[in-house]
Parts: sequence; structure tokens; C-alpha cells
Amino acid sequence: MARAATRAAGDDALHVGTPDVREDGVLDDDASLPLVSIRGVSKYYIRGDQVIPVLVDIDLDVAAGDYVALMGPSGSGKSTLLNLVAGIDKPSAGEIRVAGVDIAQLSDADLALWRATHVGFIFQFYNLMPVLTAYGNVELPLQLTSLSRRERRERVDTALALVGLSDRATHKPNELSGGQQQRVAIARALIADPTLIVADEPTGDLDRTTAEEILGLLARLNAELGKTIVMVTHDPKAAEKAHRMVHLEKGVLVG
Amino acid sequence: MFVPLLVLRNAFRHKLRTTLTIVGIVVAIAAFGMLRTIVDAWYAGANASSSARLVTRSSVSLVFSLPLTYAQKIRQVDGVKEVAWANWFGGVYVNERNFFAQFAISTPSYLDIYPEFILPDDERRAFLADRLGAIAGRKLADKYGWKVGDQIPLRGTIYPGTWTFNLRGIYDGADEGTDTSTFFFHFDYLNETIKRQYPGRGDQAGVFVESIRDADDAAAVSQAIDTTFKNSLAETLTETEKAFQLGFVSMSEAILLAIQAVSYVVIVIIMAVMANTMAMTARERYGEYATFKAIGFSNGFVAMLIFAESVGIAVLGGLLGIAATFPLASTFAHTIGSILSGFKVSQQTVALQFAAALIVGVVAAAIPAWRAARVRIVEGLRAIG
Repeated sequence: MARAATRAAGDDALHVGTPDVREDGVLDDDASLPLVSIRGVSKYYIRGDQVIPVLVDIDLDVAAGDYVALMGPSGSGKSTLLNLVAGIDKPSAGEIRVAGVDIAQLSDADLALWRATHVGFIFQFYNLMPVLTAYGNVELPLQLTSLSRRERRERVDTALALVGLSDRATHKPNELSGGQQQRVAIARALIADPTLIVADEPTGDLDRTTAEEILGLLARLNAELGKTIVMVTHDPKAAEKAHRMVHLEKGVLVG
Repeated sequence: MFVPLLVLRNAFRHKLRTTLTIVGIVVAIAAFGMLRTIVDAWYAGANASSSARLVTRSSVSLVFSLPLTYAQKIRQVDGVKEVAWANWFGGVYVNERNFFAQFAISTPSYLDIYPEFILPDDERRAFLADRLGAIAGRKLADKYGWKVGDQIPLRGTIYPGTWTFNLRGIYDGADEGTDTSTFFFHFDYLNETIKRQYPGRGDQAGVFVESIRDADDAAAVSQAIDTTFKNSLAETLTETEKAFQLGFVSMSEAILLAIQAVSYVVIVIIMAVMANTMAMTARERYGEYATFKAIGFSNGFVAMLIFAESVGIAVLGGLLGIAATFPLASTFAHTIGSILSGFKVSQQTVALQFAAALIVGVVAAAIPAWRAARVRIVEGLRAIG
């Protein structure tokens, strides 16, 4: 699969180089351990006596430091695959390993703890807490850590500065534009220094200019901070920013 | 501070809804407190009764009086320390709305048997020395603005004519439970007047009150008194003062049960209203709860947020309701006058009110919290957008 042309920085800026990938999305280099390893994953729903397949026998690897765009038409299962990778849903069959941990085998409580330390979420509609300020929203994941108030403050200030919202720290979501809200959500996704950032249509609710800003920010996170990003998008322009694109159709990887 | 602040901000996110819910709880808790206080007031007389006092009345009915000569025979019963007697007067002060209890009492024996009526020595002497003298409880005197030396006219309903008494003393209660809303005057004055006007109706007492040497002997002494008058023309029924008072309460038992039932129904109604509010609140926030869970917060954390918000609102409403009960009770007591003499919000009622508010908060949150904790993250996230 061709790599996305628009990497924000060279390979040396990433902690891990981008590995070679086969057409089916599985890493070619056996010696290179992928950050995310998906093997034989299926997901189906049962309605009455009807089995509705959503994902069928998916194999996919994502290397550390990679930036993957999951693409496909509506109902192709891309968001479901993202949810499985992020540990907010469980597969009907197969194995999902993230940093060596088979997350499909974790209990709900362990999975919650795992998500807190390993996954940063960016949602289409930002999903900020309306009663909290930008600062409070970014600080949220840190409430699950044992960091002191001062340490939390330092981290939040840094994250807000990174997304260019230091001057909006005290603003509530309804006092921010869509792009600013998404930048707060990105800061929140980053704050706990997760292994993986998952983004579900991060630009789906934004105009083109703002979408470009957000995509630029994600590219910077990947290039400068070496963050591994898996992004679901409909938008080919957004997908171009990724290192590689993975296409899904009717629950099957097609390239 | 993160959780309390989050709960507080969430609670007042919809200010109107939260305010209306709190107002509902305030009204319900205050109403609950008022109804409990009414029930308590009904039992106040019985609760304040001494176990070392007996009351003897006609075994047929309280309407029938007993010969005054029984006093001497009762006094001779083993275990009886002192005997006094009283007659219900049933007069009207100015107009029928001014109801209060009036008794013609034997003096000084009645006052000796009721040491909880605290009367200054000079006023006691003045009362005993004046055949037309009367004493009134502090609450009653305060209500009508009476002062010692005032003349109190009562229009008799059982004993016709206008009876004018000289107020010689105002008694206080030895403790908060003592009734100070009764008016007492000399039995001798009533008796002599009746004998003069209606010769056949004299020398009759409504009830005899006995103090006994040992409260543990109450049953035996009661039986001994009644045995004394067995097969006479006016057989007696003797019981402890508490049982006598409860006899009056039992006449209104159905009403009291209804009041108690209504007090609990009020709580159940507000519980349903609160549960609806919390269910609506939780349903609106499924997306947020899913986001919390996606970030790594536990199901328990989400449930705790809902419980804390619900209990917080209920307790705030409960405390305001409790605070509102006192002025309400005071106004109510003032309005009804001395019909319910012990109308006071008790500590037990306050504790029950607080417990009711707490239960409302917990019960109202139970199902929404359970649902929010169980909602799958992917389903919750679909609620946004």
C-alpha cells in the first residue's frame, strides 16, 4: 500500500520507522512487532435469529508511530474496527493485541484502566463535557492518575499550548468554535501520553479550513511526538495526511 | 474537589428543572413534617401523662358523672396517695372559635397531683383564696393577652349563663411536653352554683384523678378502685392517665392513620417526580457518560455521579423543607390555637424528614444509575451528534 505523501516530518522524527506493509494490511517484517495486531477479527450482531456481520476475518497491523486512515463507505465497519482497536467494543471472534496486550480478553474494569493509559480519543462531535472549561476537559484523563495538582496543571498548560489554546483555558465548550473544541479534544487525547490515538471522523463536523488546521495538528502529533494514530474518515483529503490508507467494504479489508 | 464540583455543575446545568425539583422536595418534606407533627401533637397528651396517676370515670361513658362521695372511698383504697376531681366546663370565650380546655378542679388537691404545673407561690395563694379565681397556662394567656388580675368571662354551654373568673395566676410547664393551654377554676364555685340553680345536678364529678404510691401497682390499684364500686349505681372504670388519654386518641385513630398514610404518600409522589427528573437527566447525558467510560472512568464512577447529583438535590431540598417546617408549624399552631396543645416539631420528625429526603435521593437515582452504568460505550457515543 502506498504511503501517504504528506508526512509532516521525516522518518527520523518518529520513534519508530514506518514498516513495510503487505497489500492485506499485515506487516511484512516478522521481526518488527506491531503496536496494534489484529488477527482474524470478526464482529457480528444477532437480531432475533438473524446474524448481521459487520467485520469479517480482519487481519491488520499498525506499527508504532504509524498514522493510518480507515476509509470506506457508510456501514463498511470502519468505526466498528476503530472501536475494537480502542477497546470500547469487543470482537465476536479473533484477537486484538495492542502493545502486546490481548485487549479482547480484558474484563470491563481492566479494559477501562487500559484505555485510561493507552488510548486517546478524538471524536467527530468533540464529546467535551459542557460543564467543564477547556482546562477541565483536558485535565479529565489525569483525574484517573496519581499526579499532583501542580503536575496536572503543568501538563494541561503544555497540552493547551501545543494546540494553541492557552488563552481559552477558562472557556467552556459552548464559548468555543468547532475547531477550538476539537483542539481541546485533541489536547485531552494527548494529555495522558497514550500509546495510541484513535480519531473517529475528527474533521467531519468542521469546515474545510478548520479541518485542515486539525489535520495539520494531528500530523504534527504523529511527526513530532511520534504518536500512533488510527483515524476513521470519509474525506480523501483527510486520508491523504495519513501514512497509509486501509479500505473497508462490507466488513472486509479491500486494500 | 473534582467530583463535587462536577456534580454541583451538573446539578445546576438545567437551573429551572433543578429549581422546580428542589421546590417539589421542599414542599413534600415540609408537608411530611407538618403531618407527622400533627400526629405527634395528637399523642402529646398521652406522652406527657404520668404513669403514677390514675383516672376514674363512669364505666358507662365519660358523659356520665360520678358522685362526689366516691372521693372518700377512693382515698381509702390501698395504694392511693391522693385524690382530686375535675369537671369539663366547655365554656365559650367571646366566640366559638376560641376553643380551649376548661376544667373545674378540686383545690388544692388537683394542683398537688399535677406538680408539672408551675405556679408562683403568691399566685397560687391568690388563686386558692379567691372562690372566683382561675389560673391559665402560659400559652393560653399569651394567646389572648391575659394578665394576672384580668376578668375572664366564659359563656357556659353545659352549665348555662355567663361565668366570670378572676385570673389569679399563670402557670408554666415543668418541661416542654407539659400542656400550658388549659384553664382551671374552682370546682367548689361550679358545684355551689349548680346546686343552687339545678339542685339535682350538684355534687357530681366528671373524673377522679388519683396519685398512687407506686406506679408499678397501677393495675392492681385500678382494679381495687373499680371493685369498690362494683354493682353500685355508678360503676367506675379506672385506668392510667396515659391509657385514658390514648382512649381519646383512639377515637380519632382512623383520621390519624389517614394522616400518616398521606404523609408517606407525599414522599412516594416526590420520589416518583425525582426519579423521573433523574431518568431524564441521565438519558440526556448518555453520550457524556459514554465519553467518561471511553476515557477510562469506570461504570461505578458514572453511577456515583448520578447518585451524588440525586442525593445532593434531594438533601438540599430536604434541608430547606426541614427549615420551612418550623415557621409553618408555628403559623399552623397559632392558627389552630389550643386544639392541639403540643404542636411542636420534634427531633424525631426532623430525623424522619432528613431520612425521607435521603431515601428519595437514593431511590430516584437507582434505576438511572444502573442503566447509565450498564450502557455500552458505543451505544452511548451514538447519542451524540
